[in-house]
Amino acid sequence: MRKLLLASLALLVTAASASAAEVVVYSARIEQLIKPLFDAYTKETGVQVKFVTDKEGPLMARLKAEGKNTPADLLITVDAGNLWQASDQGLLRPVESRILEANIPAHLRDPGKEWFGLSVRARTLVYNKNRVKAGELSTYEDLASPKWKDRLCLRTSKKVYNQSLVAMLIGEHGEPKTETMVRGWVDNLATAPFPDDTKALEAVAAGLCDVTLVNTYYFGRLMQKKPNLPLAIFWPNQNTGAGNAGVHVNVSGAGVTRYAKHPEEAIRLLEWLSSDKAQNLYADMNMEYPANPAIKPDPLVASWGSFKPNLINVAEAGRLQVRAVKLMDRAGYK
Amino acid sequence: MPWPLIAAAPPRGGSRLSAALAPWLAVLPIALISVIPVLVVVSSLVNPDRETWDHLWQYELPEVLGNSFWLVLGVGLGVTVLGVSLAWLTATCHFPGRAFFNWALLLPLALPAYVTAFVWLGLLDFSGPLATWLRETHGILRLPPIRSRGGVILVMSLAFYPYVYLTARVAFQGQGRRLMEAAQSLGLSRQAAFWRVALPMARPGIVAGLMLALMETLADFGTVAVFNYNTFTTSIYKAWFSLFSLPAASQLASLLIFFVLIVALLEYQSRARRSYAVSTRAASTPGRIRLRGWRAALALAWCGVVFTLAFALPAGQILAWAAGVWAADFDARYLQFAWHSLLLSGLGALLVGGLAMTLAYAQRLHPTPAMRVTARLSTLGYALPGAVLAVGFFIPVAWLDNLLIDHLGFAGQTLGGTLVVMLLAYCTRFLAVSFGPVESGLTRVSRSVDEAAQSLGVVGARRLWRIHLPMLRVSMLSAAALTFVDLMKELPITLMTRPFGWDTLAVRVFEMTSEGEWERAALPAAAIALVGLLPVVFLMRNTEHAHT
Repeated sequence: MRKLLLASLALLVTAASASAAEVVVYSARIEQLIKPLFDAYTKETGVQVKFVTDKEGPLMARLKAEGKNTPADLLITVDAGNLWQASDQGLLRPVESRILEANIPAHLRDPGKEWFGLSVRARTLVYNKNRVKAGELSTYEDLASPKWKDRLCLRTSKKVYNQSLVAMLIGEHGEPKTETMVRGWVDNLATAPFPDDTKALEAVAAGLCDVTLVNTYYFGRLMQKKPNLPLAIFWPNQNTGAGNAGVHVNVSGAGVTRYAKHPEEAIRLLEWLSSDKAQNLYADMNMEYPANPAIKPDPLVASWGSFKPNLINVAEAGRLQVRAVKLMDRAGYK
Repeated sequence: MPWPLIAAAPPRGGSRLSAALAPWLAVLPIALISVIPVLVVVSSLVNPDRETWDHLWQYELPEVLGNSFWLVLGVGLGVTVLGVSLAWLTATCHFPGRAFFNWALLLPLALPAYVTAFVWLGLLDFSGPLATWLRETHGILRLPPIRSRGGVILVMSLAFYPYVYLTARVAFQGQGRRLMEAAQSLGLSRQAAFWRVALPMARPGIVAGLMLALMETLADFGTVAVFNYNTFTTSIYKAWFSLFSLPAASQLASLLIFFVLIVALLEYQSRARRSYAVSTRAASTPGRIRLRGWRAALALAWCGVVFTLAFALPAGQILAWAAGVWAADFDARYLQFAWHSLLLSGLGALLVGGLAMTLAYAQRLHPTPAMRVTARLSTLGYALPGAVLAVGFFIPVAWLDNLLIDHLGFAGQTLGGTLVVMLLAYCTRFLAVSFGPVESGLTRVSRSVDEAAQSLGVVGARRLWRIHLPMLRVSMLSAAALTFVDLMKELPITLMTRPFGWDTLAVRVFEMTSEGEWERAALPAAAIALVGLLPVVFLMRNTEHAHT
């Protein structure tokens, strides 16, 4: 007992000292999806990467409370909305990097240069092949039409992925039209919203409903486990003309903290993560799409077909997120 | 951990003033640690976030207040019926299987409730095996939906009844058989004796467990999220994570605190003037009521059904999932996760238990209103959603750290990211879990015991050490075991305050479930259950002997 107390006292002392060649990361991207990258980076450069994982909200509250004495150099999140918030709260700093600007397309990074997308996640339609013909599907907006009455399953509106999608639709159509559309979705629900994408996919496969909206990697993961499910991907909003801006994409990404103690190291890590050395590993581990367009996605991911992404800047999802959440509340989307 | 206790005892001599101040010397530091984070949260009320409030008030709060009300009512009823009936059976009756169920009925506590909830969702939802089988073989298209108010109440009652079971069981055990015999000799039937004597006498124990279960229900986010059942806590997180207003979230949480504080004070007030003490001779009488025939069968069946639904079935599913991912996911790091979990929960349980004992004992020696209110205030953290409390704790720590760095020339973070701070954070949240059982245990120790000891010259620390602690052994072990198991599952505080690299099994569960990988989360969840088993078995072995 006493020894343990002494041991923890020792830890108390050592926590204060820090070595030079290191970079400290606060990450909302989970450990198993970032540690292999950090290990590879350490192996290549010798720079130690120290990190803790938590949800975005607590990590930002932590950065804010620590203020200019924060040990964190880099903040990683799994959606643009939270990065936009972090930037809005003054927790990040602008980064001038030719490498990042060359590697990451303009719509996947902050116009103010405070954060950069590192992997792309497409939120698309998945349908039951036995009950729906691909020709019946067209757009996100169309899911509000009465022909989908009692045929739609959705994940809860509390998930940021849905909030970003609706934010993007607000950006495109304005609030009144989007609200009518979300109301249409809610009217078409076959059952109450699900806690996660996988549950919604399973409900479609079981025939409780015919179509749902998910991030593609959940589809990939489920099909890997149960290849015989009658599910298929549909890319919406692909035609030319108005209202066909493309598939909604979001990013997982990162920004250097405003009070970073090792800003150069943090930028170097960020550049490395955007490079061909890391992009495949970063995206493929979770069946996502690399943010760097020069890098091909994993063959399995590529087999789902190519699509036209919506090129609206993902920062818009952050800017409009609060409005999207309130809109979904008004529309009764739980 | 006797060191904080000595300070709590009143000095033998000295003036009256110092006798009145002495307990506060021990109580105030404890109260400060637990109350400051709560105050940080409540201080948000100074600056109301009108915009977020208006929105929530219009579209969220009417619904979630109703939802929370029914949830608390339903779970309260559920855990009381389950906990009390099972505790009565295993503590005072004899029937086949009793020895097993006696400890096994505590096991649901070792499973994180949201993981259990997810297992139930998987088993009973439309795409689950039962519904699929019924559809394909019997043409039954729909079952009563599990994702419903009834479903949440059922699953949470099954997850949280062990709190009531444990504390009620200790209370019934402490009564001994003679209490019932005395009631019956006064002309009451066995049933009437249970309802009019045994049950009312066990009230502090039952209520202590009930309060814990309800505070956990109110603060829960993970379980209700699985069912997408919106509660007051859901709104708190929505204000924070979706509307990006930590102030609005803190303001909502403050209301939750006031509500719980009022309930706690009313409850305490209503039993303050009654005595629940049992004479030591009556309590030490051994022997249980022997159930025979259909009564024994019924007792066995009831325990069996609850055990199966609350533990065996979800644990079976978790084990099956864990077996599936074992080869891919298990590695040497799991030993480290398990060690971290064990060490943190063990140290945490000792510390929390010691502080709770100090608090409860000070309240016993000085049952003044101020002391009573202080004790209630110190145990409020358990009713707060974990992540909100974690921030409430983190802000003053960061503030102190910044002070040290900016004005005293420290090189970097000194407090944040240390185990000491992490353990103190555990105290702010889990003091209630230890305090409840210990306090209810103290109510069963008659004041005449104190006086007898005094007349023999056994006072102060010696009285505590020689008289009270031995009498409280069962309550203290229960308190420590409950806290240990809760700490094994703790997440938000661990996430926010852990030093770099100090991942635990619970953190592992979080990493897996936050991207929806529930099967992979089963491996660390099963490990939590296995490690959590240790104190349960230890507790039961020790408490059984105390009364037989």
